[in-house]
Amino acid sequence: MSLFDWFADRRKVNPVVRATQEVEDGDGLWSKCPECGLVVYRKDLIANASVCSGCSHHHRIDSEARIRVIADEGSFSPINSALAPTDPLAFKDRRSYADRLRDTQQSTGLRDAVVTGHCRLEGLPLSLGVMDFRFMGGSMGSVVGEKLTRLVEEATALRQPLMIVCASGGARMQEGMLSLMQMAKISGALQRHRQQELLYIPLLTHPTTGGVTASFAMLGDLILAEPKALIGFAGRRVIEQTLREKLPEGFQTAEYLQEHGFVDLIVPRTRLRSTLASLLRLHGVSAPVAA
Amino acid sequence: MVRRPLLEFEKPLVELEDQIEQIRQLAKDSEVDVSQQLLQLETLAARRREEIFNSLTPAQKIQVARHPQRPSTLDYIQVITDEWFELHGDRRGSDDQALVGGIGRIGDRGVVLIGHQKGRDTKENVARNFGMASPGGYRKALRLMEHADRFRLPILCFIDTPGAYAGVLAEEQGQGEAIAVNLREMFSLRVPVIATVIGEGGSGGALGIGVADRLLMFEHSVYTVASPEACASILWRDAAKAPAAAAALRITANDLLQLGVIDAVLSEPSGGNHWAPLQAAETLQAALLQQLQDLGELSEAELLEQRYAKFRRMGRILDPEATEFSPNP
Ligand SMILES: [Zn+2]
Repeated sequence: MSLFDWFADRRKVNPVVRATQEVEDGDGLWSKCPECGLVVYRKDLIANASVCSGCSHHHRIDSEARIRVIADEGSFSPINSALAPTDPLAFKDRRSYADRLRDTQQSTGLRDAVVTGHCRLEGLPLSLGVMDFRFMGGSMGSVVGEKLTRLVEEATALRQPLMIVCASGGARMQEGMLSLMQMAKISGALQRHRQQELLYIPLLTHPTTGGVTASFAMLGDLILAEPKALIGFAGRRVIEQTLREKLPEGFQTAEYLQEHGFVDLIVPRTRLRSTLASLLRLHGVSAPVAA
Repeated sequence: MVRRPLLEFEKPLVELEDQIEQIRQLAKDSEVDVSQQLLQLETLAARRREEIFNSLTPAQKIQVARHPQRPSTLDYIQVITDEWFELHGDRRGSDDQALVGGIGRIGDRGVVLIGHQKGRDTKENVARNFGMASPGGYRKALRLMEHADRFRLPILCFIDTPGAYAGVLAEEQGQGEAIAVNLREMFSLRVPVIATVIGEGGSGGALGIGVADRLLMFEHSVYTVASPEACASILWRDAAKAPAAAAALRITANDLLQLGVIDAVLSEPSGGNHWAPLQAAETLQAALLQQLQDLGELSEAELLEQRYAKFRRMGRILDPEATEFSPNP
């Protein structure tokens, strides 16, 4: 199934057409950069991987757009796209979790906060997981955990390199401790991938926090990040409350993490594909010989 | 006698205790035989205590789990081991006081013991950072676990933390990375790992020493994905809704047993572990010895496979493609 078919299929499941939110909305044809105010033709912005040509601001992009940035055209074949969340705790805060799920599924056309599959990148094989922040803040519940674990296991079985694009507020509270345990589950699968001396590269995008940071985001052989992405374990407000003082300049940005030794490379989105292809080749990944 | 700090719902019990004490004093002075009355009152007190502690709400269990006199990691270690040496440092420049560890003997076995450590009073708590470990704590724990792996010593972990420390320095030193590496590496340990939630299990900071072959939990302990206070302020936009969040999050031992997160619940003495710490330690020791014996019968390969499978099963999903073909997960 091609990527196009897959999205078409997904629309059948959730017929509600969603508004594109990844780019600050103008009237649809044009978009305005929230950082520098530059107004550009939306098509040009998307052609530039949703990076502002004026100030290099990286607009938030959804999983569909992210896959388009990384994978060779039409090469992405999703796996486990039918997996759907349940409401194991019958959780209800101001609204019920079941209602929230239904609404989010309708507005995003996704079943949960991660899309997984296998693709080619400049012909090289890559197993790819992409979190989607639009789905309840990219929070990690049972489905995110299960889909990523299956992806890692398949990458291990296929002896393929693996990339997970992180964008998450952390564990999904509405599934309680089952969410926390996904951190361990995915880390266990990554341990087996690593044991086979296979390459794992997480890409940390804005924002990557909480339980995702305390598990697969930080377990890469190499760790990549997007410029200025917020990356951290604890929330800024929590830390401010603990300290009762202002946080340092640039605290918890990708650049700050690199300075402290936790990020290898900060890669502008426009160079992500070529950088990743080079890294894969340098690690001996090669395109399979056509049968 | 120094009176322990009282929880709101313990107050009726103390009134009864006071009454009992008064009657004892009276009896001393007057030579009236009150043994019958005393017996009645004591039975009543025991029954009330039982009733109260059998029907604690999740929010009340949090209070018991956080009770300043609830036995801590080092309290238990001192009782359940015959020999014990605390070992220090992560070998990278720090020795976290909020996460302690060492080597000891339980029954006839050498084991490595690791746990979060809270303080009893404010002064001790400042030194222990209220049981909130720093990256150096998790790295010390990993160093000790790897030591245990090399010398084939089973590992016993004791979980009792409000959460990993949230601070600027902790972020700069890689709190997320430290916990993440522990999660991954605990899957490669070739020795039995048994973790027990002795007090509160706070999120990733608890899980950082919690990837175990067996996860046990005391009856009134709690284990949370996020503190009910934080959960309430995020999802309810009102921190005062913490008791509602505590109930909704399913944080009690029985809930987690049903959800397949933990393997066994250890019963507490009537009134909670702080009423009878020695009895609690005996319960813990017996459970650990039993688990050590059971896990000791597995080969290394079986142990690793079963640990992976245990976590592999966790979570609840709808898998329309799988239902016909496979029962799991
Ligand atoms: Zn701009």
